Amino acid sequence: MLAHLPILQVIVPLMAAPLCLLIVRPRLVWLFTLIVSGLAFLISVLLLQQVMASGTIIYGLGGWDAPWGIEYRIDQLNALLLLIISAISTIVLLAAHTSIRQEISEDRQTFFYVLYLLSLAGMLGIVATGDAFNVFVFLEISSLSAYALIALGKDRRALWASYQYLIMGTIGATFILIGIGLMYQMTGTLNMDDLSRRLPEVANTRTVFTAFAFVIVGVCLKLALFPLHLWLPNAYAYAPSIVTAFFAATATKVAIYLLIRFTFSVFGLSFSFTALPLQILFLILGLAGIFVASTIAIYQTNIKHLFAYSSIAQIGYMIVGFSISTTTGLMATLLHVFNHALMKGALFLALGAVMYRIGSVQLNQFQGLGRQMPFTMAAIVIGGLSLIGVPLTVGFVSKWYLILAAIENGWWPVAVLILLGSLLAVVYVWRLVEAAYFKSPLAANETVKEAPLSFLIPIWILVIANLYFGIDTRLSVEVAQAASQGLFGGLSGVGVNQ
Amino acid sequence: MLLGLYNYWIVVVLMMIGFYIVIAHGNLIKKIVGLTIFQTSVFIFYISMAKVEGGTAPIIAEGIKLFSNPLPHVLILTAIVVGIATTAVGLALVVRIKEAYGSIEEEEIQKKDNLDC
Repeated sequence: MLAHLPILQVIVPLMAAPLCLLIVRPRLVWLFTLIVSGLAFLISVLLLQQVMASGTIIYGLGGWDAPWGIEYRIDQLNALLLLIISAISTIVLLAAHTSIRQEISEDRQTFFYVLYLLSLAGMLGIVATGDAFNVFVFLEISSLSAYALIALGKDRRALWASYQYLIMGTIGATFILIGIGLMYQMTGTLNMDDLSRRLPEVANTRTVFTAFAFVIVGVCLKLALFPLHLWLPNAYAYAPSIVTAFFAATATKVAIYLLIRFTFSVFGLSFSFTALPLQILFLILGLAGIFVASTIAIYQTNIKHLFAYSSIAQIGYMIVGFSISTTTGLMATLLHVFNHALMKGALFLALGAVMYRIGSVQLNQFQGLGRQMPFTMAAIVIGGLSLIGVPLTVGFVSKWYLILAAIENGWWPVAVLILLGSLLAVVYVWRLVEAAYFKSPLAANETVKEAPLSFLIPIWILVIANLYFGIDTRLSVEVAQAASQGLFGGLSGVGVNQ
Repeated sequence: MLLGLYNYWIVVVLMMIGFYIVIAHGNLIKKIVGLTIFQTSVFIFYISMAKVEGGTAPIIAEGIKLFSNPLPHVLILTAIVVGIATTAVGLALVVRIKEAYGSIEEEEIQKKDNLDC
C-alpha cells in the first residue's frame, strides 16, 4: 500500500469524481468529496515524510520501467506542491457546502463536486508525474474542469470570463504540447529524467531552442505572468467563491511548479539561462507585474477583483525570486508559493463568507463590517497584513528570503523595489480596512450577522497557519531549502550542475 | 530539402491561420473554429514526425522490418480527445453566453458588461 502512494495520490480523486454522480444528495456528495480530499491530504503528508526521510520516490506505472512506461517521481519539490494543493483543497471544502448551497442551484451542486474533484486530480497529476506528455494530459483535465467551474458563477460575466480563460488556456496548453513534441523529435523520449540527460547532447540545435521557447510561453500563459495575465482577474472575480479560493491558492502555483521543473530539471540550468535571457526577462516582467498589478488593484471597487490583481502582483514576486536563480532566490519563490497559498486561501474564503452574508463584495458593502462580522474581517486584516509582509506573518518570511537573495546577488535596486511594491499592498489593504472599521454600515446591511461556523473554522485554520508558519518557519523553510538544493543538484544529479 | 518537408510547412501555415482567427475575429464561434484549426496543426505535426522514410504501418508481421513510430500516433489520439473536449466545452459556453447576453459578438458582450459596471 505504502509503495503505491504516488499513484494513489492522483487516482483517488480521479476515480471518486464520477462516483459523486451516484450519490445524488448534495450534502452526502459534499461529505464524500471532503473525505476524498482529506485522503489525498493524508497521502501527501505521508509522501512528504517519506521523501524527507529517504529521498526521491520513483514509481513506474503498471510496472513498466521508465523511459518506456510512465513514471511518477516525487522529490521534495513535488511533495511540497502536493501538500499545498491537497491541504488547501480540503480546508476550502469545509466551507463548500454552506457557500455552494447559496451560490449554485440545487440541480448543479453535484456537478460542482465532480468538477472540483477532477480539477484536484488534474493538479495533483501535473505535479506527481515525471512524464512530459502526461503533464499535458493532466493540465487539460484540470483546465477543462476549471473552465466549467468558473462558468458556474451566478453573474453572467462568469461565462464570458470562462470563455476567455478557455481560449487563452488552450493556446497555452497547445504551446506546451508543441514544445513537448519538438523535444520528443530531438530525443525520442518523454520521460523528464531521461529528457534531462539527452537534451544537453542536442542543446545547440534550433529545434530544442524552439521547444524551450514554446514551453516557457505556454507555461507563462498558465501562470498569468504579466502581461499574459488578462484571463485571471475576471475568472477569479466571477467564479463561485469556493472555486476562487481553491484556484487562487493552487492553480497558478502548479504553473509555477511547471516553470521550475522545465527550466531547472528538464532543460537544465545552464541551458535555460543561456538560451534565452531568462534572468533579465523574468526580472523585468516580475517587477512590472508587481507594480502594474498592485497599482490596478488599488483602483478596484470589486474586492474579488482587487485580490485577483494582488495575486498577479504576488506571482511577480515569485518570478523575481526565480529570476535571481540562486539557491536562496528559488527558495524564496517556493516559500512564497507555500505562503501565498495560505494568504489567498484565507482571504478569498473570507470574501466567500462576506458574499454569503451580503451577496456582494463591492467595497462600499464592507462599510461597518468590522463590527458586524468581526471574525471574518479580522481574518481579512491578518491576511492583508500577510500580503504586505508584516513580521509574524508568513508574508514576512518569504519577502525576507526574497530580499536576502537579491542582496546576496548584489541586486540592491531590486531589493528596494520589492519593498516599494509592498507599500502598494499597504494602500489597497488599507482601503478595505478603512471601509470596514471607520465607516458606519449601509442601511441595508444593518442586520448582517457574523458568518456561520462552517465558514469561520476553515478561514481561521488558514489564518492561524498564516501566523504559525510566520513564527515557526522550520517546516516550510526546511522543505523549500531541500527542494531548492535538490533542483540545483539537478533532477538526476547528472549534467546540470553549474 | 525545403519541398521535402512540405508537411511541416502546412503545419506552420495552418497554425498561423488558426492563431490569426482566434486573435482577429470577434465572433465567438469563429474563435473556436480558429482554435480547432490551431490544435489540428499540432496533430499533423506529431503525425509527421512519426513517419519513418520507407517504413510501413507498425504491425508485427513477416517481411516488415522498417515501420513508422507508433508512439506519436497514440499521443495524438489523446490530444485529439482533449481537443474535442475543449471544443465541446467552448461551444457549450457560447450557447450559455448567447442565452445570457443575446449575442455572440465579442464587442457587444463587452459593451453590455461595461454598462453593468
